[in-house]
Amino acid sequence: MKQRIQIISTIVLLLMLLSATAIAQVGKPFIHDPSTLMESDGKYFTFGTGGGGLISTDGWTWYGGGVRPGGGAAPDVVKIGDRYLIAYGATGGGLGGGHNGRILTMWNKTLDPNSPDFKYSEAVVVASSDGVEDNDAIDPGLLLDPTDGRLWLSYGTYFGFIRLVELDPKTGKPIEGNKAINIAIDCEATDLIYRDGWYYLLGTHGTCCDGANSTYNIVVGRSRKVTGPYLDNMGRDMLKGGGKMVLDATDRLIGPGHFGRTVLENGVEKMSCHYEADLDQSGRSVLGIRPLLWKDGWPVAGDLFKEGTYEIESVRRGYALELAVDFVRMPGGMRFNRNSDEPIKPVASQQLADVINTWPAGNIPARIGDYMGRPHQKWTITDAPNDTTGYLGGPYYKIVIAGTERALAATADGEVVTVPKFTGASEQLWRIDQLIDGTYRIMPKLVPNSGKKLALVSIGDSSPTLAEFDFNSDNSKWNFKTH
Amino acid sequence: MNRKRTLFLPAMALIILLGLQSGVNTALAQPPGQRPSLPPIPITSDTTHTLTRHFVPASAAKKTPDAKGFIQRWLVLEPVKKDIARNSILTDSYLRTTLSADNFSSDYTIIPKNGQTVKVGDQELKWYALDSKTFNVNLYHFTYAIDKPRYGILVWLVTVIDSPEEMKNVRLAAGANSASMWWLNGQEALTIPGDRDMVADNVTSQRLTLKKGKNVIRGAVINGPGMANFCLRFLNEKGAPIKNLTISYR
Repeated sequence: MKQRIQIISTIVLLLMLLSATAIAQVGKPFIHDPSTLMESDGKYFTFGTGGGGLISTDGWTWYGGGVRPGGGAAPDVVKIGDRYLIAYGATGGGLGGGHNGRILTMWNKTLDPNSPDFKYSEAVVVASSDGVEDNDAIDPGLLLDPTDGRLWLSYGTYFGFIRLVELDPKTGKPIEGNKAINIAIDCEATDLIYRDGWYYLLGTHGTCCDGANSTYNIVVGRSRKVTGPYLDNMGRDMLKGGGKMVLDATDRLIGPGHFGRTVLENGVEKMSCHYEADLDQSGRSVLGIRPLLWKDGWPVAGDLFKEGTYEIESVRRGYALELAVDFVRMPGGMRFNRNSDEPIKPVASQQLADVINTWPAGNIPARIGDYMGRPHQKWTITDAPNDTTGYLGGPYYKIVIAGTERALAATADGEVVTVPKFTGASEQLWRIDQLIDGTYRIMPKLVPNSGKKLALVSIGDSSPTLAEFDFNSDNSKWNFKTH
Repeated sequence: MNRKRTLFLPAMALIILLGLQSGVNTALAQPPGQRPSLPPIPITSDTTHTLTRHFVPASAAKKTPDAKGFIQRWLVLEPVKKDIARNSILTDSYLRTTLSADNFSSDYTIIPKNGQTVKVGDQELKWYALDSKTFNVNLYHFTYAIDKPRYGILVWLVTVIDSPEEMKNVRLAAGANSASMWWLNGQEALTIPGDRDMVADNVTSQRLTLKKGKNVIRGAVINGPGMANFCLRFLNEKGAPIKNLTISYR
């Protein structure tokens, strides 16, 4: 009995460890103050403090190699037409002692240093602070307003105000006669974004640059006008220090700062940041990419997907993904109307060993049915072994029936089956994105003999298939539930 | 006098309140012993066995799917009696074994004739060509109307879909109470095992092709206790119902 308890304890501990696994980017994603993620020449780029930047071919594994001249701190990038405008602070925001700051902008047709078109224009000063005024001109954030094409720059740090100034989207220079206005106070690393009639000002509060002891956290306020006032959920102006939390520390990822938003498609958004300390990577400052959610009109950081064993629930009706196998009844039937003096005892859940021999040996189709907590409905999802590829913010996953190697797989005719053994083939690897409403999209890495990008979809309440993702349909959405 | 009335009214109010309170307590308490049996509810519904209450005998008149694409014209065979205590026994394996054994023909493209009788096991069963008055086909109403067993039944179904053109990547979408299987032009298209409810588009087939001209749909719905019925339609590639079809029983 004692040994059994020990085994159970070990399993529980392992499950806890498994369910706690959630990693940041891999490769060498070491960066501080990353710029908003940009795609250029089929790759992702982000630039950081001190020059240089990170490059990724898939959005999951990142390495150095980005080139940004000018040094200084905390750049940001926006794509305007077929060119990229890069802004950066030439100084250090008080770390070097003074608050005499300058923001510069420069253009490039590509961000890829291997491209023949890679050539930065001369940098021009677009904002400055004299070291005495209540502003330190570092930490630029750029917004190309999608409603009217106007270009805005926010900048500043804890030394006084965050300021906003309009730039010319054709030249990247300040618009003549335009004066900067104050829009927030006592924060840094701001970024402006626009969504559904609201302008959002993201800022970072807390202590920077102290490793695992940094208290950096990202907050937001919003306004109907780009010029503010930016109020938080309590109606508190960011000029008075307001801000609603978007992301703060998690257990192993400490001190998020420098927000950036990436819209992949309708319903699929990511936010980038850096963590001052990733405790799983020597406590170094690393690039973070998380799902970006929208709740009641406010941006909220989504969850990094955690490995574990789940019910995979279709949002369409609430049924669960399962193997199309015979339902095996549990012992006993009706349990009401019994002698109430009967001793009460727990009834064991149905175990895999109770049913696995009733399952066919070969491929078994996937189906969706009402969740009963049965073995054919429990899926263990883990980072796919021997596969280092991924996508923006995550690795590909292996999805198998818990306790087995029976793996979910895409078929050449656009359907889903389970194969008896996971082989690591691309059609058995799955991409999992948390959507802006908190539900999930599940996509195979590859649909055999098809160039199409398809997602796992409920085409009937009980019928899964592969089809184009549609955020406006619950057919395309899934939840991962633990019980 | 005024002073007396002032005292009298609150006293009366207190007595009434206490009375109400005791009434509430009595109403909440469980009365001891057996309760007297309740009188039977008088039957006011039509209990006659009348097929035309829920169905129209199918005619040669053109019939198309309803506004949502549901197929309402079917050849329905009298029920095969089955001993089914619980619908949870209706697994995939059970369906395959039972439908293979209790079958009027292993040719799944065959189109029976209206009024024809066929043999399933030792039962002589008759085909009815019917148009359902509702989007679904209520087999409980059918078996009641022809005064046959209403529970523990297997009902075979056939209909013929005339498509104006070849349609690829369509899906047969069905919901049935309880379990069912469906074939298109002789090929198995859909299996719906278990204790199911009749829910539109509960299960859909893989991508199929409706050929130009006649397409034969065969179905079998099986149910233990409770009401048996089903609904079926075709969905196009975008999930929208297909309505430009004609339906016949020949």
